[in-house]
Amino acid sequence: MRRTLAVALLAIPLAGVAAGALGSRYAGLPGGMFKSVLRYEDAKDGVRIAPFALMRRPVTNADFLAFVREHPQWQRGRVAPVFAEARYLSHWTGPTTLGTNAPPDRPVVWVSWFAADAYCGSLGARLPTWNEWEYAAAADETRRDARQDPAWRERILGWYSRPSNIALPRVGLQAPNAWGVQDLHGLVWEWTDDASSLLVDSDSRNQGDPDNARFCGAGALSMDDRENYAVMMRVAMLSSLEGDDATANMGFRCAWSAPR
Amino acid sequence: MIARFLSGLGRVFAAAAIAAAASTAFAAAGKPLPPDSVYQLALPLTDQAGRTADWRGLRGKPRVVSMFYTSCQYICPLIVDSGKAIEHQLTAAERGRIGIVLISMDPARDTPAALRKVFDKRGLDANRWSLASPPPADVRSVAALLGIRYRRLADGEFNHTSALVLLDAEGRIVARTEQVGSKPDPAFVAAVRKAAAR
Repeated sequence: MRRTLAVALLAIPLAGVAAGALGSRYAGLPGGMFKSVLRYEDAKDGVRIAPFALMRRPVTNADFLAFVREHPQWQRGRVAPVFAEARYLSHWTGPTTLGTNAPPDRPVVWVSWFAADAYCGSLGARLPTWNEWEYAAAADETRRDARQDPAWRERILGWYSRPSNIALPRVGLQAPNAWGVQDLHGLVWEWTDDASSLLVDSDSRNQGDPDNARFCGAGALSMDDRENYAVMMRVAMLSSLEGDDATANMGFRCAWSAPR
Repeated sequence: MIARFLSGLGRVFAAAAIAAAASTAFAAAGKPLPPDSVYQLALPLTDQAGRTADWRGLRGKPRVVSMFYTSCQYICPLIVDSGKAIEHQLTAAERGRIGIVLISMDPARDTPAALRKVFDKRGLDANRWSLASPPPADVRSVAALLGIRYRRLADGEFNHTSALVLLDAEGRIVARTEQVGSKPDPAFVAAVRKAAAR
């Protein structure tokens, strides 16, 4: 299955990118029914994830530098503030220079959703959906879904308890997971395409209150697996950010849909 | 040689495209868009009459903007009610200086015919109101600009936040409310009147 997918993905016509680059930079994931940590009232038995490819590693400073050189409208100081707040790429020494605080092999951070979306778009790719990201991140080195293993959960949580003022490690230091994807945990937070769909209300008292009709339809999402703190923190983080926000730990990677 | 010619040609086309894009951005008011304008996003909108135009054409007039979808049973009719309630608080002259734009989060189903149906049913005035759909790939971006969150449900409905956003004539967000329905938010109405007074 995985091999078929990888071959299929290589057949995607790529604008300006050698097909081989797709094969080495992305891992193919078969998809299928997946039970998210989020309780979807409309999909209680799980969500169906279509086959897709996901970048093996987060996008690095070097990658992003090449992008802003090619697309000057995304350079710090030039980008429209509606797309990126003032702290966008503020750790670089200049609009097109990285400097000591942003080594080339570190994951790029201080990027907004709009900028991440534009980067992936420039490759003909897209940001992964939350479900795709969570599905890929459920795997450990040997198991496709290690989420019920308390030891695995502890390992992930250990990262979150690390102080965030320590310099980021470079990408690719961690062993690939069962899908061949690295650094989903333990390095940076990551944008998803539908970060703005994660309607987790900070104040659940608002649910169903007609005077504060914030949500149309099913109301805010709740968590189905309250033991999975690490993933819940991801959701809370993504649901608290706006599209122009940038933070010291928020990076991203891109995804491709398999051709239908 | 041929490759070099082609790449040169590509560059010419790229330059032409940039020039065309820039002229579009400059054309509306004869001056560049402010950097904090939501119209920095290129966004083709197709309205209830089937007309497709970049939303930068909305420049020049303050607009009350929100997002909705026509098959919504619950909140979305309230969003139209909100617009009507705000209009009701304005003088005829003020009404003439404000536009109301409802952007669909469900462009796959919100064809011009579907938009037209709601437009007619709710008796909206084409001089002020526009119901419009963006291309599917742009829905996330416009929602992010307006600070509206949504999720498509398995049954095709949407779970979404409801907000009314007031844009000034240059597309800058000057007011916002999450109070929708026939009883408008007084602070938001005051902001609309102020925008309409200019």
